[in-house]
Amino acid sequence: MYPEELKYDETHEWAKVEDNVAAVGITDHAQSELGDIVYLELPEVGTEVKAGGEFGVVESVKAASEVYAPLTGKVVEVNQAAVEDPTLVNRDCYGGGWLVKIELKDPSEVENLKTAAEYKDFIGA
Amino acid sequence: MSKPIDTPLYDRHVSLGAKMVEFAGFVMPVQYTGIIDEHVTVRENAGIFDLSHMGEIFVSGKGAPAALNNLVTNDVEKLKIGKALYTPMCTPEAGIVDDILVYRDGDEKYMLVVNASNIKQDYKWIVGHMPKGLEIADRSFDIALVAVQGPQSEAIVGEAVAQDMGELRYYEFENAVIDDIPVRVSRTGYTGEDGFEVYVDAARAGEVWDALFDLTNGIGGVPVGLGARDTLRLEMKYCLYGNDIDETTTPLEAGIGWTVKFDKAGFVGKAPLEKQREQGLKRKLAGFVMVDAGVPRHGFEIIDVDGKRIGGVTSGSYSPSLGDNIGLGYLDVPHDEFGTEILVDVRKKPRLARVVETPFLKLLGGK
Repeated sequence: MYPEELKYDETHEWAKVEDNVAAVGITDHAQSELGDIVYLELPEVGTEVKAGGEFGVVESVKAASEVYAPLTGKVVEVNQAAVEDPTLVNRDCYGGGWLVKIELKDPSEVENLKTAAEYKDFIGA
Repeated sequence: MSKPIDTPLYDRHVSLGAKMVEFAGFVMPVQYTGIIDEHVTVRENAGIFDLSHMGEIFVSGKGAPAALNNLVTNDVEKLKIGKALYTPMCTPEAGIVDDILVYRDGDEKYMLVVNASNIKQDYKWIVGHMPKGLEIADRSFDIALVAVQGPQSEAIVGEAVAQDMGELRYYEFENAVIDDIPVRVSRTGYTGEDGFEVYVDAARAGEVWDALFDLTNGIGGVPVGLGARDTLRLEMKYCLYGNDIDETTTPLEAGIGWTVKFDKAGFVGKAPLEKQREQGLKRKLAGFVMVDAGVPRHGFEIIDVDGKRIGGVTSGSYSPSLGDNIGLGYLDVPHDEFGTEILVDVRKKPRLARVVETPFLKLLGGK
C-alpha cells in the first residue's frame, strides 16, 4: 500500500522523483480517509509551488481537503484524466490517480521526505 | 463537551469496518463501504442505519395535547393516535429551537423525537414552557433507533416483524415484535425513499439490529452511515438542524410553511410568523445546482452577478443520484426564483450556479 520507491510527507502526499521531475499524488491512507473523491482543484501548468505549501484541493463527498506540495518547483504537467474522473485517485492513487508533476528547484529537498517505512510508522500502519 | 457517547451498536459498526466520527456528542459511523455506494444502494435497494443518537422525550398527562400544541407550529391536537407528525418548535421570535417528530401514543400521551445535538436544550425548553403537573421524561438513553430505508424496506421489515407492512401508511406507526422483542415500527425516514424507523429498548438494540441487518444484507442492502444520510436528505431538501435551520431562521423562510398551522389557537412564535406572512419574506431557503465546477459547502457566501452578497450556503454536496453538485442556501428575494443565476464563492473563486426547483430528486415519498 506504500510503495518503496516513493517518498512521503506528513500531510499524506507522495512524490516519485525521476530526472529532476516529481510526480505527486496523495497516499492510500489519505484517499481512504477522504472517501469517495468527487472533485479536484489543481494549479495551472507553470505555477510555482513551495514545499509544504498548498497547491490544490481534493474534495470528497463529505469535505474539501487541501493538498500540499512535498517539494519546491514549477508545475509542468497536470493529470487531466484525474480532473475529469476524480475516482481515479481512489482507485489508483499511486498510478492513474497522480495529481501534478513538479520540476524540482532543489532536488536535495527529497532528503527531507520520509521513506515508505517511516511513513508507515508515522500513520501507525 | 463531555466525552462522546457510544450507541449500543458501536461494536457492530466497528466490526463492519465503519469509519467512526464524533457527531453531536456521539460516536457514529460516517461510512462503511463508501458514501456513494451506500447512497445508491438505499435509492435502488435498501440500507440500514443506526440512529440511536436521536433523542426521545415523552410528554403525558392531563392537558398534554393543548400544552404541547402551544409549543409547536404544527397541530398535534388534531394528530390521530398511531400517527406521527413533523413539526418545528419555535422561540417567541419564531426562530427554530428544533425540528422534531411527534408521535401520538394516546389521548394525552406523546413521544417527541428530537435531534441529538438538541436533546438537553429541548428537554429544558419543553419543561420550561409546559404547565406544571405534566409528566415529561427524557428517555433518549433508554431507547435505540434503527432505520431501514429504500424500496426493499417493506419486505425486510415485514419479514422481521412477521407481518404484512403494506397496511401501514406513511407517517403511521404500530407496536410489533422482532424475535419476541417489543419494538415500535414507524413508516418514516429522512431519505425520500419508502422506509421504516424501528424504536427499541437500548438493551435489546443489538438483537434487533442483527435481525434487520441480516435481512438487509441478504438481499444486497448495506449499512449506511451519516455521510450518505446527509446526501440522501439533501437531494430531498430535508432541512438539517444546525445547518439549514436554527434559532436565526423561521419555518417560513426555510420553506416548511406547511408545518405552520395559523388556524389553530396561539402558539409560541405565532405573532412574528403572522407578521412575516403578511409582510412577505425577505429571504428564502432555495436549492441550486452548480453550473461551474466546485462543491458548495456550508458557510460559503453567495453573490449575484454584480458581486453583491445575496445569501449563504447552508448545505452542499456532490449528489450521487444526479451526478451534479447541489446546495441549499438562504437567498434574498427575488434571487430565489427558479432559473436565477447566482455565484457561489468557492475559496475566493466565484462559481456559477442556478436556482432550481426542489426537491432536487422527484420521488414519490413513501406510501
